[in-house]
This record gives sequence, C-alpha cells and structure tokens, in this order.
Amino acid sequence: MIRLVPRRQRSRAMVWGAPLLAVALTLITGGLTFAIMGKPMGAALFTFFVQPLTSVYGVSELIVKASPLVLIGIGLSLGFRANVWNIGAEGQYTFGAILGGGIAIFFHDSTSPFLLPAMLIAGAVGGMAWAAIPAFLRTRFNANEILVSLMLTYVAVLLLSYLVHGPWRDPDGYNFPESRLFPEAGTMPVLIEGTRVHMGVFFALIAVGVALLLGKGLTGFKLKLVGLAPEAARFAGFSETRIIWFALLAGGGLAGLAGVIEVAGPIGQLIPTISPGYGFTAIIVAFLGRLHPVGVLLAGLVMALTYLGGETAQIEIGVPAAVTGLFQGFLLFYLLACDVLIRYRVHILIGKAAR
Amino acid sequence: MSGFEHLTPLILTVITASTPLLFAAAGELVTERSGVLNLGVEGLMVTGALAAFAGTYVSGSAIIGVLCGALAGVLMALVFAALTLSLLANQVATGLALTIFGLGLTSLLGSGFIGVTVENLPKLYIPGLSEIPVLGPIVFGQDAMVYLSFACVGGIGWVLARTRVGLILRAVGASHDSAHALGYPVIRIRYMATMFGGAMGGIAGSYLSLVYTPMWAENLTAGRGWIALALVVFSTWRPGRLVVGAYLFGAITVIQLHAQGLGVAVPSQFLSMTPYLVTIMVLVVISRDRLKIQLNAPACLGRSFHPAQ
Amino acid sequence: MLRSTLKTLALAAIGGAMLSVSAQAEPTKVGFIYVGPISDHGWSFRHDVGRLAIEKELGDKVKTSYVESVSEGPDAERVISQLASSGHKLIFTTSFGYMNPTLKVAKRFPGVKFEHATGYKQAANVATYSARFYEGRYVIGAIAGKMTKSNVIGYVGAYPIPEVVRGINAFLLGARSVNPKVSVKVVWVNSWYDPGKEADAAKALIDQGVDVLAQHTDSPAPLQVAEQRGIVGFGQASDNIAFAPKAQLTAIIDNWDKYYVERAKAVIDGSWKKGDVWGGLKSTMVSMAPYTNLPADVKAMAQKVEADIIAGKVHPFAGPIKDQSGALKAKAGETLDDGTLLGMNWYVEGVEGKLPQ
Repeated sequence: MIRLVPRRQRSRAMVWGAPLLAVALTLITGGLTFAIMGKPMGAALFTFFVQPLTSVYGVSELIVKASPLVLIGIGLSLGFRANVWNIGAEGQYTFGAILGGGIAIFFHDSTSPFLLPAMLIAGAVGGMAWAAIPAFLRTRFNANEILVSLMLTYVAVLLLSYLVHGPWRDPDGYNFPESRLFPEAGTMPVLIEGTRVHMGVFFALIAVGVALLLGKGLTGFKLKLVGLAPEAARFAGFSETRIIWFALLAGGGLAGLAGVIEVAGPIGQLIPTISPGYGFTAIIVAFLGRLHPVGVLLAGLVMALTYLGGETAQIEIGVPAAVTGLFQGFLLFYLLACDVLIRYRVHILIGKAAR
Repeated sequence: MSGFEHLTPLILTVITASTPLLFAAAGELVTERSGVLNLGVEGLMVTGALAAFAGTYVSGSAIIGVLCGALAGVLMALVFAALTLSLLANQVATGLALTIFGLGLTSLLGSGFIGVTVENLPKLYIPGLSEIPVLGPIVFGQDAMVYLSFACVGGIGWVLARTRVGLILRAVGASHDSAHALGYPVIRIRYMATMFGGAMGGIAGSYLSLVYTPMWAENLTAGRGWIALALVVFSTWRPGRLVVGAYLFGAITVIQLHAQGLGVAVPSQFLSMTPYLVTIMVLVVISRDRLKIQLNAPACLGRSFHPAQ
Repeated sequence: MLRSTLKTLALAAIGGAMLSVSAQAEPTKVGFIYVGPISDHGWSFRHDVGRLAIEKELGDKVKTSYVESVSEGPDAERVISQLASSGHKLIFTTSFGYMNPTLKVAKRFPGVKFEHATGYKQAANVATYSARFYEGRYVIGAIAGKMTKSNVIGYVGAYPIPEVVRGINAFLLGARSVNPKVSVKVVWVNSWYDPGKEADAAKALIDQGVDVLAQHTDSPAPLQVAEQRGIVGFGQASDNIAFAPKAQLTAIIDNWDKYYVERAKAVIDGSWKKGDVWGGLKSTMVSMAPYTNLPADVKAMAQKVEADIIAGKVHPFAGPIKDQSGALKAKAGETLDDGTLLGMNWYVEGVEGKLPQ
C-alpha cells in the first residue's frame, strides 16, 4: 500500500532529484526493452542517449530541434497557467509559416534587409490571428477553445497544402508541391558555420527570458490566479476575457514565430509538411517543464534528444523507429510520475500498517 | 436519379465513418464527466485496434477480438489512471504521452500482422425487414457494433441522468472536494470512469481494424482519437449531442468526398476542411447559452485530487 | 602517468583498428531514408525490399542501414546528414520532399554519393531516379476499359501532383484505347495514407456508379472496399491479392531491387556517375502482379499491352492526345516528351472534374 503525504513545502532536493530518478528508471526500462529485442543493452542506451551529444554537429542539431519546441512551449505554458487550453499550436505554427513565408514568396527578388524582419513579424501576427479565432469565439460565444483550436489546426494544414499544390507552387518546379526557395534575404542567418544553428535560437532564449520576467510580474500573477481561482480573480477585478485573449495571443504569436523561423531557417521554402508535430510535442514540453520557463527550456532539450537518439539508434543498431515512441512514452511517464515527489512524501505501508 | 436509392449507401457509409468516433467519444465523455481529462484517446484507440485485430487473427473469432481490443484499452487507461490519479501526474501531458507510447508500442508489436487479413464482421440480416427500401438496410442491416454504439450512448445517458451511480460520478467531476467530504471514494470512481473510457476507446479501435478497414497498419487511427476528443467538447458533455456531433462530422466527411466525385469545382483541400469548419460553426451556435453549458461541464476537469489537500 | 597510459592505450586501439581495416576491406555502408514506416506495405516497404536485395546480392561487401518515418520537414536534412557523417558512402533518399535537403547535404559531403527518388535536381554527387509507373497504369487502364459495364471508372488519388495526374491520364488513355466511351471520376483524399478515408472515398465512388476502382494512395483499403462491394480493382505498390482475392485484377509493383544493387555495385567499384534514370516495365522497375480474376481474352490483351510497351510498340502518351478543353496536346504520331510528363498538371479528355490549379 502506498500513501502520499503532502509536504509542507515543495522539496527543493526533489525539484532536481525527481527528473534524475525518472531518467534512471527510463534507462532501466529502456535497457530491458533493448535486451528483449536482443540488442546489447549498454551500447544501445549509449547510442540512444549519449552518442548524439558526442559531436559538435550533434549538439548543434539538438539546439536546432529544440528551439521551436521551446518557443512554442513557452507560449503555451503562459496559457496553460491560466487554464486556457490551446491545443492548436500546430495550426498557429502553420499559419504563421504561411503568412511569413508568403512574404518571402511574394518578394522573391528582394535583397532588402527588411525582408526577414517583415517575415518574422508576419509570422507572429499570423500565429496570433489564427489563435484570435478561438479567443474571439470563446470570449464572445463561449465556444470551447479546445475544439476550436484543434479543428483549426487541420484547416491551416489543408490551407498550406492548397497553397503549395496550387497558387504558390514554384513556377520552375515542374508543378511539384513546393514553393520557390526563399531568397537569401529571407532566410535565417546561420550562426555557426557548418551547422544549422540559426538566429531562431536567440528568439527561443529571449522568449524564455521574457517569460521569466513575466512570471515574476503582475501578469504572471494574474494568469495564475485566473487559472487557480477564477472567482477570486474576478473579485480582484482582473478581466477573464483579457486573460483569455492574452493567453491565446501569446501562445499563437510564439507558435507563429516558430513556424516562420522553421520555414525561413532549416527548410528554406514552403512545402506541404513543415512540422513533425511540433505544436503537439510542445504541449508535452510545456507541462514537462512544469510550466516554468527554465523547465520548458530543459524539457525542450530532453524531447529533442529523444528524437535524435531514436534516429541514431536506427542508423547504428538497426532498431525500428517505433522504439523512439516507446522510449519517449517511458521517459515522459516517469518524469511526470516522479514529479509527485516534489510535493508529496511517499509512505510505503506494509501489512497491518496499511490502514 | 430519384435520390433515395443513392441516399441509402451514402447513409451506410456515414454510419461506418461515425461509429468509431461515437464509441471513443462516449467513453471519453464518461471519463471527463468524472473530472478526468484523458487526451490519449488516440493511444487507446490504436492499441485497441491492434489488440482486436491480433485477437481475431489468432482466435478466429471477432467477438474475442473486440474483447481483446476493449481489454487493451483498459490496460492503457490503467497506465494513465495510475499516473494521474495515484501519482497525481499532470493529465494533459500524460494523455499526450499515452498517445506517443501507444503509437510506438503498436507499431513495434504489430509488425507481424502487416499484410494479413481477417474476416469482416457479419451484418444483421432479417428476412423481410432488411429488404425494406431505404430504411431496411439502414435500420436492420448493420453489424452488431453499430447497434452496440447506440446502446452504449443510450445507456450512458440513462446512467448519468437517472441513476445514483451517475449522480455520484457527476458529483465527483463537479467538485471532488465536496464529493470526498460526503464520503465518496473520489479516486476509485475516477479509476472506474477512466477504465470505462479505455474500454470504449479500445472498442472504437476494434471497429477500425475489424469493420471499417479490416486490416492492421501502423497508425491506423490516423487522428480519429483527436476528433473524438473534440466531439466530447462539442457535445457539451451530453450523450445525446454526441450522436449529433459524431454523425455530423462523419456525414460531412463523406459528403465532401461525394461532392468531389460529382465534380464540384472547388479544390479538394477546401472540401476537406468542411467537417472541421462546420463543427466549429455548430459549436458556436450551441455554445451561446452560457448557463446551459456550465450545467454540464465538469468543473474539476483536468485537476488532480488528493484527499489531504 | 595515468594520462600517458591512456594515450598508449588509445594509440594501440587506433593501430588495431587500422590493422583490421587493412586485413579485410571495410564493407561499404549504404544508407536509406524513408518517409513512411517500412511496415506501410506500400511505398517505403518496397524501398526497403530494395535495400534487402542489396544485402542479399552483395553480402558482406556492404552494410546497410535505414531511418524510417522521417517527416519531409526540417528533420530530413539532419537525418541525411547523420547518415553521411557516419560513414555511409551511398545514400538513397526515397521521397520527393527530400530533394532540397539532399542537395544541401550533398554539397557538404562531396565524397558521398546520393540517389534521390522522384526529383529533378541533380549535382555532381546526386543522381535521380524514378519509375514510369504510368506504363503500368496504362495497362490497368486497358483492363478497366474492358471490364467496365457502366463505363465510369473510379480513381482514388492522394494529392493532385504531377506524378498522380500522369497516372490518371495514362490510365484513362489505356482505357480509351480499348473502349472510347470510358470516363474517369477522381476523388482526392489529401493524404497518402489514411485507410479509413481511402475506404470512404472508394465507397463514395462506388455509390456514384463506378464498377472498376483504381487508386493512387498507399493502403489496400480501397481495394478491400472493392472486394466487399463486389466490384474489381488494382493493387498499389505491392501485390495486395491477400486483401482482395476476388477483386484484385493485377497490381503495379514498385521494384527497385535491380537499380539499387547496380548503384551499390557502382559505388564499390568506383564507376558511379550521376544520372537521371526513369525506368519502366522494360527495366522491371515497374512490374505487374499476376493477372487474376480476368476472362481469358482480357488477360491475353493485358499481356499483349504489357509486352508492346516493353517492346516500344506502344507508348501510353502517343498522340493524338487532347486535354479536357479539347485542345490538342500531342498530334498523331507524336509522343509527349519527358519534360511535359514530369510536370503534367492537366487532365486528358475523359477525366471528369476539374484539376485544382
């Protein structure tokens, strides 16, 4: 019989100890899985969790993969704190990419230094506009944002599909579904030669910083209060409507920014598939990071590592891609479960004591 | 072209498209009514789909297959419940993790079932009745699971509205503190509701791999779990509206394909958008009465409960 | 002390590794990147069959590895690059969306050879290859033309891209070559792979009166529907007779084995050159599954059409070809050139509906 006894205070030791315990448990479970599959346990774990980090290129790719997750995760964590359920970051990401990418396609001859800034702004605005729909429908018509934001994701993806299959096709591209390549002035500058680390990384870090500041300020308090005690918030004179708008626009804006950064950075054009599920993965990242900016940053890096590790394991030891999903599942389950140790002490009662 | 003889097959297709959504959404509705938000419906469904297919393939019996599917859904839901209810893990993240886990697990375990086939579920046939034009095949010519889906929704509606069990379940979802204070075992009730949702999700998956497209393939659900989740919100947590939502979504999905076949000159991507857009529009219309929704929405949805809090 | 010991050990290890290299030739590493899971029983599965053919044919002279389910977005470049940097000398990138990532990585790894499927951009170390599936589609079109009674044939399409449009056109031209009254109805599902939706599309087409079904999506679901509803259809990418023992008339099989083995050999013996291979029935890159469930005369006709294409006596896109507006696209005696085929974005006369532009 296991009983959870609340701690008076959040355990500081467990804030760091819980994730370490989770990683240890994942390694044990993962090792066993590999053993069952007939792969050398130690080597397999090394390939999955360490090898991607043993080269400069590997680390650079980790950063590239993590930055959209962090950027979107930060925006979502603001909303989730206020209990605003934006499940449609994927759609906001896509619409941001459409709007920002559209500018690059429209001004494809441009060499102007203002092209990229204009695209980034358009991307953020696009994301906000897409998130404004659930915000408006929620505040004006009381329509639940889970449904609206989720459904709009499919709409945005189909819209992108229409554009790249139709009007925005590369005129020299034999009618294949892809836009022109963006002009030089419309691509994210690469920061480290020989890698794909681009300026977008800064945006992710800035977002973490701003979110930290917000969290300490009044807005952070308002968000939290609306989330935890809507009545009290109303009593204190905070407008729920404004908080909903803020939460969705912040989430949408950052998702849209992430979208345009991806198409102007690693991808370099509009294509039918611009996201390997970043918008959904970022939801996990937000909660895994306990909705705290630094936590989100770390969670983003951990998630990114599992993807890279999965690919490395496929190449080096020939395990199927499904193992990545399985491992992510284990890791997330353990991380989420171990969080209980921060606020509770676990008492294991045996036999008669169990009552 | 009197229209009617075309209507019957159209409706039959809609029923097939809507039934898995209805099963999964009905299960999730019960889970959510108890205050638990399980975003892992996709994971439940895909696991159920594989288990049902494998069960049928091995045993040769679709009934055993569906039971396997339901059982697999329950096991997945138990993982979710243990994490979120016993260990108080965050429900949203755990649900999403459940989906990732389910998709990975099934693609790993299912590789041996690629490219093999099983018998389709038999359809009901009542001599005389099933031959009535238009209505006959629709009302008296379905497979058992279609009838089961309606029975489930009816049963859930009745239990929630008319029975003590339903009352307790709703109380737990509305305010776990009060329910606890009244002496109800909040955690145990939520466990049951979550497992029920798991079983229904598993059955929904079974319908996919045994009836809709009788085969196993990786990611067979292709996002239907997400639609089911949205439909629960759409229904404003009322079983009756769930039927409307599932059939509306299924119908528009099928009708847009028909429109394409008839040569409607709209790019197919826009036609494909219609089920999502119409669902939003209808939701807006039915959500305008704020009071009515709040009566049904479980106030504790997604919140962890610990008795000593 | 410790340090110097480590150094000695490291040197010894390196020396040992080098010795083993000289003792026996290191196997050439060949890498693959797939857009779907290898269990898709379709596109990616067939590429993986090609990979296994290399292993079987060249034994310990090669070592192959693959990464499956790689999304065509930002992930592709990383995976290709990882394959290149981990010692793979030949890399097959097996989806159109990998085109630009392949070129980007190829620039950074001039010593590695790349083979990109279905694209049109080459470089010094990037070759392209694709299959003339339309030849197979012409054959199944001819079969459909003979088998249909309603003279309306259904076609489930994934996305309106040239590859699929070309297939639809070849299919219709094949059908009209034996039955001028045939028309084709197309439904797009906007997905390569969604069994449920593919099945719904197939049902919609059957409900609208088609009695033969063709598909250009990846799952066997449409064919299964054909079986259930008692009409006939064709398998896609793999032989899907198991899913439709009564309905499958034949299947167009993607067959990369020969090409993959050749290219791997070329890298090993140093004769690899960039190029653009577009193989059809003749090269066996496209092959037909056994003709089943057909009357003897139709079967004989299908075999003859197939043989004539192989012999060069029949070209699917031989004129006269008119588009939907009736404009002549190829005069009698002409055939459409490969450039036109590659970018095909118009329907030939006889296809119903409008192609979204």
